[in-house]
Amino acid sequence: MARDMDIYLREEVRTTPFCPGCGHGILMGAILRAIDSLRLPMDRMLFVSGIGCAAWIPSPHFKADTLHTLHGRAIAFATGAKLYNPQLITLVVSGDGDLSSIGGNHLIHAARRDIDMTVICANNMVYGMTGGQVASTTPLGAQSSTTPKGNTERPFDLCRLVEAAGATYVARYAVVQPILLQRAIQRGIQHQGFSFIEAVSPCPTQFGRRNRMGDPAQVMKALEASLVPLKKARGMAPEELSGKVVYGEFVHG
Amino acid sequence: MNQANWPDRELDGESIMVLEETLPSPLAPGDYYLSGNEAAAEGAIASGCDFYAGYPITPSSEIMERMAQRLPELGRKFIQMEDELGSICAVIGASWAGARAMTATSGPGFSLMMEGLGYAVFTETPIVVVDIQRAGPCTGQATRVGAGDIMQAKWGSHGDYQIIALSPWSVQEMYEMALEAFNLAEKYRVPVVMLGEEAVGHLRERIRIPERVRIVRRDRSKERPPFGTDEPNGIPPMPIFGDGAKLLVTGSTHDPWGIRKTEDPEVHSRLVQRLSRKILDRRSEICSTEEYFLEDAHLAVISYGFTARSSLWAVKRAREKGQKVGLLRLRTIWPFPEDEVSRLSQRVKAILVPEMNLGQVEGEVRKVARCRVMGYHQVNGETIDPRAILEAIMGGMDG
Repeated sequence: MARDMDIYLREEVRTTPFCPGCGHGILMGAILRAIDSLRLPMDRMLFVSGIGCAAWIPSPHFKADTLHTLHGRAIAFATGAKLYNPQLITLVVSGDGDLSSIGGNHLIHAARRDIDMTVICANNMVYGMTGGQVASTTPLGAQSSTTPKGNTERPFDLCRLVEAAGATYVARYAVVQPILLQRAIQRGIQHQGFSFIEAVSPCPTQFGRRNRMGDPAQVMKALEASLVPLKKARGMAPEELSGKVVYGEFVHG
Repeated sequence: MNQANWPDRELDGESIMVLEETLPSPLAPGDYYLSGNEAAAEGAIASGCDFYAGYPITPSSEIMERMAQRLPELGRKFIQMEDELGSICAVIGASWAGARAMTATSGPGFSLMMEGLGYAVFTETPIVVVDIQRAGPCTGQATRVGAGDIMQAKWGSHGDYQIIALSPWSVQEMYEMALEAFNLAEKYRVPVVMLGEEAVGHLRERIRIPERVRIVRRDRSKERPPFGTDEPNGIPPMPIFGDGAKLLVTGSTHDPWGIRKTEDPEVHSRLVQRLSRKILDRRSEICSTEEYFLEDAHLAVISYGFTARSSLWAVKRAREKGQKVGLLRLRTIWPFPEDEVSRLSQRVKAILVPEMNLGQVEGEVRKVARCRVMGYHQVNGETIDPRAILEAIMGGMDG
């Protein structure tokens, strides 16, 4: 049964700023459906975001308190608000560059503290808004506007990073798995403690185009083909996992 | 709070709703022997500070250590963050959740806080930042005194903006100004920086804790827009998260309701100018100065912070020698007390500005003074010897 998500959106904001084929719209829907399924009161919800395309998922669309902050600092702002008022159901929604590069220190420390918040990282493996520069999550060899000969640095595995830092719920799903992604967001919100959900969300404009991946549909299909469930991945050699996206719940309470 | 507690105050022809009340002091009234840093923590606590986030740095750490003990005792919130970037951001987040929130730091940490300070200015978030200045630039002399952050407090973040900065000269004033800093921050919806110096932070002297303290709280009404006013210098109300206001808070240029308007020249210009004017147009009610022996003075010393103690000693000795010299002590540094300095400069022949920097306030004095202005600068990590100021006064009288 189709649900009307309009009640969660601001009437005065009727369009999103995302490029055609961007995965962030699917993620936006998954977040709202998770909230709807859990029947969460929007008056008690606080959405905090940083700078970048993904930071525009909650702000200004969501009809709740939203705090659109500085580049990299969303989790620190959220820490202050949540610590002061634990009644606020606090979700941080931002991108991979924002959360794991410029904001990486706050990410690992919030995980270490096990603060009760849900961090949703839209990972498009690139700095989309600023023109497709290499990120700390860009795959080895990939083209970007600052790696004309291909990326020579190893990317972060964000889920393993926050797991090592002490996060108590960690999951990764791609936007081509919208139901699984929505369920992970629900579990993350329900989990008492620091939850991290990595939503792999492709960027056809800045990443797909530069890496000759074809049109948005082909980019989505390539992502789908690269998915490997966690259980299966545990039996695979590192070489076999090259270029794959391992999905599942890495840590759950 | 009942309605009667919300006095409608007339201010520059415009009404600002603020809640004023007096509360019993959390520390038993009486005389105490405290360091300046401890007193700053107690002043903040007395003002209702119920959230502190910070990161260790000499010479301010005693503020955080006292907060770490006292706030949980009172059922309030304390967190040691991973760095100063996170500290100021947590403070801003807490303020939007309704806290009277504060952090304290020193030079290098203050530098890291600059982007956050600009965010607080632009989103009109009341926060208090205590900067216990040490001898910079860079790591400099971490345990030694300086007053080199005067300009940084005003111009350290990018873009045009105004803040309020206070300059305490005693342990008593560390208490009183920390307390008042929260009232100013809430009333004007602006970050307030208390620019202490290492010497006053580590000074120990007797202070008197009052029985009751005056508290000003923000207007939390939801009916009017939280980021704009009809007046070009107005202060909008500030609801808090969880109040049902569905706030849109953003560091991007925004309209009165918080909607991003990043390509509208009119919206940007109006916002940036209002944020400055809401402070500058209220300069006369914000600024606080003290005068000593200025009635018949030919030479005025303009001094602030710890150096004002040396200046007052020097002025008294010069008076004993028959010199017509007085002191104007700046309790407020930003907005700069231009009117007081300008008026004074029309009464005296010369002004002397002794500072533990290379002339940061002297430059501001020069902008408005109509008489000869002399600086006395010392940047060696030590407080200025009062005898050196006396010598400069005697030299200035000759000139």
